[in-house]
Amino acid sequence: MARRSFSVTDLPGFSTVAMMVFAALYAPMVVLVVYSFNQGQSPATWEGFSLDWYRVAWANDEVKNATVNSLIIATCAAILSTALATLAALGTTRRKGFKGQTFIYAMINQPLMVPEIVTAVALLLVTAAIKKSTGYTGLGYLIVAHAAFCIPFAYLPIRARLEGMDLTLETAAADLYASPWQTFRRVTLPLLAPAIFAGAMLAFVTSLDDVVITEFIKSPGQDTLPTYMLGQLRRAMKPDVNAISTALLALTLVLLSLFYLLTRKKD
Amino acid sequence: MATLEEEAEVQSRRNAWLLSAPALVVLFAAAAGPLIIVLIYSFLTPATYGNVEWIFSLEGWKGIVFQHDIFSDNLVLADANLVIFWRSVKLSFITTVLTFLVGFPTAWFIATRSPRARALWLFLITIPFWTNLLIRTFAINQIIRNEGVLNTLLLKVGVISEPIRLTYTDTALLIGMVYVYLPLMVLPLFATIDRFDMRLLEAGYDLYANRWQILRRIILPITRPGIIAGSILVFVPCLGAYVTPRILGGGKNMMIGNFIDLQFGQGQNWPLGSALSITLLIIVTIALLAYVRTIGGENRHG
Repeated sequence: MARRSFSVTDLPGFSTVAMMVFAALYAPMVVLVVYSFNQGQSPATWEGFSLDWYRVAWANDEVKNATVNSLIIATCAAILSTALATLAALGTTRRKGFKGQTFIYAMINQPLMVPEIVTAVALLLVTAAIKKSTGYTGLGYLIVAHAAFCIPFAYLPIRARLEGMDLTLETAAADLYASPWQTFRRVTLPLLAPAIFAGAMLAFVTSLDDVVITEFIKSPGQDTLPTYMLGQLRRAMKPDVNAISTALLALTLVLLSLFYLLTRKKD
Repeated sequence: MATLEEEAEVQSRRNAWLLSAPALVVLFAAAAGPLIIVLIYSFLTPATYGNVEWIFSLEGWKGIVFQHDIFSDNLVLADANLVIFWRSVKLSFITTVLTFLVGFPTAWFIATRSPRARALWLFLITIPFWTNLLIRTFAINQIIRNEGVLNTLLLKVGVISEPIRLTYTDTALLIGMVYVYLPLMVLPLFATIDRFDMRLLEAGYDLYANRWQILRRIILPITRPGIIAGSILVFVPCLGAYVTPRILGGGKNMMIGNFIDLQFGQGQNWPLGSALSITLLIIVTIALLAYVRTIGGENRHG
């Protein structure tokens, strides 16, 4: 028997464990997707292909309402957080080490460090008080809350791009008598555009996925797709939730692929 | 010239703050600021139907570890609360260890592929990372619950004659948390291993080290920052987990997150819920500070 070539980076069993990890990560999701096309009620036995659960989900007004809410909130939150993150990134990356930089970074990353349940409770207390005193119960609360926790995700790719950017281009533009605004509009912004779209993509996905904060501050009738599904899971498990999950999964996958295409380094 | 430079300096610092200001305002209004309200509420008196009365009280904080005895009205240790705390810390710790044990080989495998293959494997780890936590919990639940795919399969094949009863147990919770938080361990581990100088392994083998010695004496010490980062990234969200224990624990096997939720729902004890939230926040902050100190210390030596 030929001895396998020895590679210094090989460690016994590591590849096997890795393969099992990938299988374990994907098997449940594959099962979920497959059973969303199942004909029967059972989530464990296969009874033939059908699109019934997609029809059931689509005919459900609660699901429609939740889909619309999810899309409105995610779109608004993504636009808002990306705009704010772009400005902040322009402000913080142009110069190294100024007083207060650590504070700004800490503030921007704060939503990543505080447990979501704590933020949710905090926002519940604040929105409950505002709702009581102003009577406004619209989607505004959810949009602002989502925008806040989406900022760090939108900020990340934009900051990375700005830090890798050749500053001499801007200096060159200034030397040619471009005003700061012209420099930004004609030089910086076009170079930054892919990162801004990438940031918006991440913000959109992050908002779309949120369960806990939304669950705590939504007003009656403001279910998003995740909070609707959470409510359904508390009762019996119904296969139409599989159908909704699969649709959300597909949307996430499309957005992530776009993100990778936008941020891919050109070789 | 010095004054011009100083002026430019002041100008650019002002720009940095002005440009960051809108983001900071939103973050303060909807993320950092409300935490102060939680702190204030933790010192108030619960009203009968939820919310609070504006009377100073320490009951919320006492309620974390004590409860009033039903008969004598004396303060006694609240066993149920302590059980929930203990379960949260225990499960978070075991989850961290388990994700490390399977996550390290996975990260190593990805980092040692050819550049093209590596990008693909890495993408395969990031997909679950960005996929809705609820959907992933739902997916794993469908596999492991009593009448789930795994039991149906094993019964059919005849490996077991009785379904394995995992629904609403700590084991189910543990499997679920390892499943959903694993990518958070693999990604930082990969980042460190990716920078690891593989020539050190050759050097080790040249000096007659065996594989175990290579792993223990070279790889693990050098990848320590990644191990710590991954552990923090898993431990912290585990401790505050809400969705996964709610679905897999079925309201019986609560963790701190669900216990907090309870105070704002059926419990109608907002001050206790606020005090619990602040406690959780303090624990997480300590973990993060410990992390910053360890990493900072290592950078100084390295």
